[in-house]
Amino acid sequence: MSFKTVERKPLTLAERTYVPQIINGLAHTFKKMVKPNETLEYPEARPPIPEGYRGVPTLVKDPNGREKCVSCQLCEFVCPPKAIRIKPGEIAADADTAHVEKAPQEFDIDMLRCIYCGLCQEVCPEEAIWLQNVFSVSGYTREELVNNKERLYQLGGTLPDEHFKWDKKKAAEEAGNAAH
Amino acid sequence: MIDLYLSLPIWVQASIKGLVAIGFLIPVAGACSLAERKISAWIQGRPGPNRARAWGLGHIPILGSMLQRLGVFHLMADGAKFVFKEDVVPGHVNKFYYYLAPLVALAPSLCTIVVVPFGAYFDATTESLKPLILANVDVGILAVFAIGSLSVYALILAGWASNSKYPFLGGVRASAQLISYELSMTLSVIPVFLWVNAPGPEATLSLFAVVESQSQPGFLGGTWFVFLMPLCAFIFLVALFAETNRQPFDMPESEADLVGGFHTEYGEFKWSIFFVAEYVHMTIGSGVFVLLFLGGWNPLPWVPLEPLISGLPVWLGGLLGAAFFLGKTFFFIFLFMWVRWTLPRFRYDQVMKLGWQKLLPLAIANVIFYALAIAVIERS
Repeated sequence: MSFKTVERKPLTLAERTYVPQIINGLAHTFKKMVKPNETLEYPEARPPIPEGYRGVPTLVKDPNGREKCVSCQLCEFVCPPKAIRIKPGEIAADADTAHVEKAPQEFDIDMLRCIYCGLCQEVCPEEAIWLQNVFSVSGYTREELVNNKERLYQLGGTLPDEHFKWDKKKAAEEAGNAAH
Repeated sequence: MIDLYLSLPIWVQASIKGLVAIGFLIPVAGACSLAERKISAWIQGRPGPNRARAWGLGHIPILGSMLQRLGVFHLMADGAKFVFKEDVVPGHVNKFYYYLAPLVALAPSLCTIVVVPFGAYFDATTESLKPLILANVDVGILAVFAIGSLSVYALILAGWASNSKYPFLGGVRASAQLISYELSMTLSVIPVFLWVNAPGPEATLSLFAVVESQSQPGFLGGTWFVFLMPLCAFIFLVALFAETNRQPFDMPESEADLVGGFHTEYGEFKWSIFFVAEYVHMTIGSGVFVLLFLGGWNPLPWVPLEPLISGLPVWLGGLLGAAFFLGKTFFFIFLFMWVRWTLPRFRYDQVMKLGWQKLLPLAIANVIFYALAIAVIERS
């Protein structure tokens, strides 16, 4: 075993009176006192949310205002705590987007069950469900904390992506290769 | 108005003066508790209490927001809470002494104000400065020490009456600490009074005389004693921290190891009385320090108050003198808080070692040195 004894210098007289150290400490705390606050006044001031943050799951629309979800129910199946309930529905035959065929009739996410894992977002083939930056959820009843479809779209808004997958599909269907 | 006041019996006059002083001290103590919270917050980089907003006052446009940011409404809410909370008395306490202790804490701290001048006014009839004081008696500083040190009984009583181990330990620590530092404190002011009491005129221990001797003309006459006797000021200040149980000497309370020390078993209004007593003690201690070493109501070293206010109306001059004095006192209260949120606490054995082995010999050496120095100066 080899160890080294660290030599400790005996305290100088000034150090033994504590006075220089106390004055240093006071100067330090005074600097802190006149500095702006480190804390945020939370409900009014919010911290910046980093890119890719997994907050409350929401449903989004594409830039044309079409709802992106096609109620394939993959998210419902993958959801570990079974927070998602979807009731699939059909799109009316005379609608513009009739070729998409399906849309959710009801879409509920129970925020009391959700664990914010983000698997629904990962699994979604339509990029319709997104975990966004809302991190604080509260309510007075259990029912209030189940987000229904209307609420999910309200939270989600529009995703400014430029895929237009279904528009391209329709164009290809109608014009064949001439569409490209 | 003044004639009516002067026609009252002397004891009524004294009571009115006393009530005014108490009516000033207790709100100051309350404001200290708010300042404590605010200063701790600022030092720790927080905004501090700033949420509460009362109806009425809070609706005044700019002032309301300002008061809210300063947390003034929190102070009011705290005060009201203490008054209206349920009065819980634990079953295991000695009721009589349990109730007596807060009173014994508050009474001596409020009594000391009697001999502490808090300003001065220019009396045109005698053409001299008169102190704003409840009783300008010659015992002065001796009364402050004698009455002020009675407050240790409150801590001992509270600790003993609580009939529980942590308050008891707190009480024991309080008595040991206060007695240890009382000695150094008393010794540290002896040089000041040796200097003030030049041979010839009648000797005095009055605090007014101390300020008077710091407002003489000439370089030496106008020097504040903090420059003349820095070591005395230092010892007095350290002992003052210990006497008022403030960090780094808050042995009797020491939240970490004694829960709350002597007031562990106290709640609601009785607790707030201890609290007020502590802050009043601190305020008066700061005041005495300012009087002894920082020239009292003199605005600057070598700038006495008297020529400044001799031309002004009496009330304005008096107010100005009190303002200078209170400004300095409030700075010292700020210093107490600033130190509290900067330094960690001493260990109990360190407190004792510092008191008996360092501060007391230093104070004795200091007395001897200044006694010799003053003897040499006065002989020449």
